[in-house]
Amino acid sequence: MSNLISKYLPLFTDKEVPYTVQARPDTGLYSAKLGIWLFLASEVMLFGGLFSAYIFLRIGAEPGYWPSGLLNVPVGTMNTAILIISSVTVVFAWAALKMRQLGKYRLYMLITILCGAIFLTVKLSYEWPAKFNHFGAFIKKESASKYEAFLGNKHLEATGQSPRWEITGHLLDAPKGSSYAHQAERNAEHFAHETGRHDAVTPAEDDYVIQVDAVNANPSDKDNDRPHFWPRETSTTLAVISAKDVESASVFAPRHSTYFATYFLITGLHGLHVLGGILVFLYLWLPFPGGTGLYKTNPEHLANRVEIAGLFWHFVDLVWIFVFPIFYLL
Amino acid sequence: MSAPHTDHSPHPTQDSSIHDVPANAAEIASHAVEYLKVGAALLVLTGVTVGLSYVDFGSRSMNIVVGMIVATIKAGLVAAIFMHLKGEKITIWRFLVMTGIFAAGLFFLTYLAHSDPISGTFHATH
Amino acid sequence: MSTTAIADTGHHNAAQDHGHGEHHHPELGFLQRWVFSTDHKVIGLQYAVTGLSFLFFGFLLMLVMRWQLASPGQPVPVVGAFLRSVFGQTVMTDAGALTAAGYNVFGAMHGTIMVFFGIVPVAVAGFGNFVVPLQIGAPDMAFPKLNMASFWCFFTSCVIMTGSFFVPGSAAKSGWTAYPPLAGIADLEGGNVWLNGQTIWLIAMVFNITGSLLGSINFITTIIQLRAPGLTWMRLPFFVWAQFVTAFLLVLAFPPLEAAGFMQLTDRVLGTSFFMPTGLMVGQSVAQTWSGGGSPILWQHLFWFLAHPEVYVLILPAIGIVSEVVANNTRKPLHGYKAMVYSVFVLGFLSFIVWAHHMYMTGMGAKVAAFFQVTTIMISVPSVILLTSLLMSLWGGSIRFNTPMLFATAFLPMFGLGGLTGIPLAFNAVDLFLHDTYYVIGHFHYVVAPGTIFGLFAGVYFWYPKVTGRKMSEFLGRVHFWGSLITINGVFFPMFLQGMAGVHRRWYDGGVTYEQLAGPVLHWNKVMTVSAGLLALFQLVFIWNFFTSWKLGQKVGRNPWDATTLDWDTPTPPPHGNFDKPLMVYRGPYEYSVPGHPTDFIPQTEKV
Repeated sequence: MSNLISKYLPLFTDKEVPYTVQARPDTGLYSAKLGIWLFLASEVMLFGGLFSAYIFLRIGAEPGYWPSGLLNVPVGTMNTAILIISSVTVVFAWAALKMRQLGKYRLYMLITILCGAIFLTVKLSYEWPAKFNHFGAFIKKESASKYEAFLGNKHLEATGQSPRWEITGHLLDAPKGSSYAHQAERNAEHFAHETGRHDAVTPAEDDYVIQVDAVNANPSDKDNDRPHFWPRETSTTLAVISAKDVESASVFAPRHSTYFATYFLITGLHGLHVLGGILVFLYLWLPFPGGTGLYKTNPEHLANRVEIAGLFWHFVDLVWIFVFPIFYLL
Repeated sequence: MSAPHTDHSPHPTQDSSIHDVPANAAEIASHAVEYLKVGAALLVLTGVTVGLSYVDFGSRSMNIVVGMIVATIKAGLVAAIFMHLKGEKITIWRFLVMTGIFAAGLFFLTYLAHSDPISGTFHATH
Repeated sequence: MSTTAIADTGHHNAAQDHGHGEHHHPELGFLQRWVFSTDHKVIGLQYAVTGLSFLFFGFLLMLVMRWQLASPGQPVPVVGAFLRSVFGQTVMTDAGALTAAGYNVFGAMHGTIMVFFGIVPVAVAGFGNFVVPLQIGAPDMAFPKLNMASFWCFFTSCVIMTGSFFVPGSAAKSGWTAYPPLAGIADLEGGNVWLNGQTIWLIAMVFNITGSLLGSINFITTIIQLRAPGLTWMRLPFFVWAQFVTAFLLVLAFPPLEAAGFMQLTDRVLGTSFFMPTGLMVGQSVAQTWSGGGSPILWQHLFWFLAHPEVYVLILPAIGIVSEVVANNTRKPLHGYKAMVYSVFVLGFLSFIVWAHHMYMTGMGAKVAAFFQVTTIMISVPSVILLTSLLMSLWGGSIRFNTPMLFATAFLPMFGLGGLTGIPLAFNAVDLFLHDTYYVIGHFHYVVAPGTIFGLFAGVYFWYPKVTGRKMSEFLGRVHFWGSLITINGVFFPMFLQGMAGVHRRWYDGGVTYEQLAGPVLHWNKVMTVSAGLLALFQLVFIWNFFTSWKLGQKVGRNPWDATTLDWDTPTPPPHGNFDKPLMVYRGPYEYSVPGHPTDFIPQTEKV
């Protein structure tokens, strides 16, 4: 009994909150580690809720309304690799601190931060804008036969595959009053510049003109039944679609379909978590009193903080490990 | 009732050895190799995930199953090695098991409710 | 270097240097001491006062609704014009009567406020923050700064939610359950996707949920890590167990609702179709803004995944409070403490897998309906064990009927009624008739109003002397008790009668539509409204008592109730760090009337 008292007493008469750096003997944990794992448990439930929504919406989607092959796989793979590398470097940063190697800690932490920043930059300056610049129009089922040249449903039916209801590509012309008019104008200029065709089609006021993706240019080609690893050039074929044949049409924004809604929400929330992680790492890397400044007085405490932040970062990587295949590949 | 200070340690300014290389340095260093190996494995498995997604396993669903299996292996590696779950205290494991059970409940029961409507009706979204 | 270190890392010299427990803290200004405090006691009081204010506000909203139900279309007496000027024309007619939209606003906000801004902040965060560290012998919570951040996150949600009354179209009006597609399209007529009731409701809920999550993490870590030496798990007061399980429910059940909240937000603001099905018709035309493909049922799953454990969050702290008060005032240990501990864990576990009993009418097939019926019936077992243990605790006790004990004792049959009326609702066949009727409202209000709220009152009267050093007036307490007990039953009991006759909930016309079907029970509306008004008056007695006793109440020492638990072992009010001596716990929490001992209670810290 007296062992117990002498073991605990200094901490309690201290009147400060104990076990912030030293572990409590019976649980073997310092409090922040317990706290972060509880937080991660709640994050598992948060992303779990989002993933269950993904599952629910995907299995509930009518055939032809859940696309695949619309995301850039090489870029996604590269981003995945970047996050994995950052996961390695953050644990090296922690190990360096435990070994009291300040220089190595700062190096590895910096690499981690940079990797995270690259991940976000790729997403926000390339991936997402590319989506916002890509257009898709869902054709009404009763009008689909008119656009068989772009949909290829006879072939799909014959081979037992899901029907195709969407024509995707770059928007060159939109119906009057559309909010995509500016984008269409820009794309039309670019198209004219590229191909020399200035007015290949004279559409009526109420038409969409889409410079279609490869898959819509040759929809019955077996090669187009499966997505490709390397993204392919948009074709030079133009589709003229009457607005009254369109069920819904928009750029690849959250509003486009439940697929993009889930994609943007999950990757967006994930991205916010990446940003949060970067900010915490920055704080721990810069000479703030609670960051690198803490090394001088209490390196073990700093090591614990890096461990905690690292655990969060690994969780963020973990989420991406699932996000990548389910959106980019499957 | 003023704000308590949240401190921390066994008083480092008196303990000049806090910046010395610790006794378990060799052990930590050996883990470093393990981390590198796991990192490499993860990169390889990423490639595997991508590659397998272009292989036809019969149906879309099978491809999803295969993809999820690989993802789970990768996640397991990250959790066990990077997050130090291997050898972690039982308290943490208890939380995670409970979390896993409830997350599984959320997925499974929601799916069950969707797939088991009143006979003759269906839960359509379209 | 040293001054920076002290200021920034909170660095202190050791007990060895300065003598035991001596600390020199800089004098804290008003803001740091009372507003941005990291002390769990201040934060607990902040939560409690904010929560009690919202409880009262939510009650006032309901009073206006009850007036409308008793006298449909009639201007609200006395305050009609005032309400019109405050809430605007969406909610009140020019004459001062509640409009249909206004009824929906008040209904949705009453539910939201009572659950998320009233009961949870008071029961979990208020009582939990103040009492739990004291009862486990800790100097504070495990993460004091995080605790403060949680409160301010919560307070932000309060400001946002209150502000939602003042945007065009007034506050959210699609039920506290916010079911799409109605909640997806509601309030968008004004044109602004951000400045409307439902969108702001969602934003406020995100802040509320985040604050709750952070607080719960704190509770669990504190209870595991900061128990005093000798305070083993089975020596914990039951209140701490109840808060522990409650915190787990919050940590694991809230996030899916936060996810769903984001989804509904993007549905409204970005035009996504998470919950908007294809081919949705609004009025006569197809709603064109959404792509479709979404599922309204998905929202229900994610919402109820939280909202069912949430109801246990609402009741468990109150059961915890009642356990403390009962043990103390019967002068004997709680009956079946171990059974209660195991039951509360089983209850917590099962609460995660019963949620779809709120969805029996969504077209569920036999397999899934059977699953949820079975788990729902199973969950009544631990609930009954808890209630029975408390009832049996009364047997053979030397009962002191002070005000806390009056409320705690009344809690038992009231919670019993609430629980028993839940049993028919567990079966989907019966639910065919009772779903969405006043029976359901009666059921859950019995558990929460004469149930939880009575438990909370018991807690306020019980711990008031620890916070202030004075007891609240016994006389006024009894007036408050008896008045509340009688009138609250007058409000809620007739709901069962109306419900069984088929009167639907959420209809603002008082059931006039049901004249043919349910005519004989409609007159109860007047009884309920009068009871509600009287209930409000008796709360004024409580409010008066609460504030005047602070300065005029009977002064008491540190342990006025002769209690055993550690919270009564501190000075009153407890100072920074809580305890004035090193703690060692030798006993269980309820050593009352131990044979052979000179006093009828033995504090946990008394040596064996």
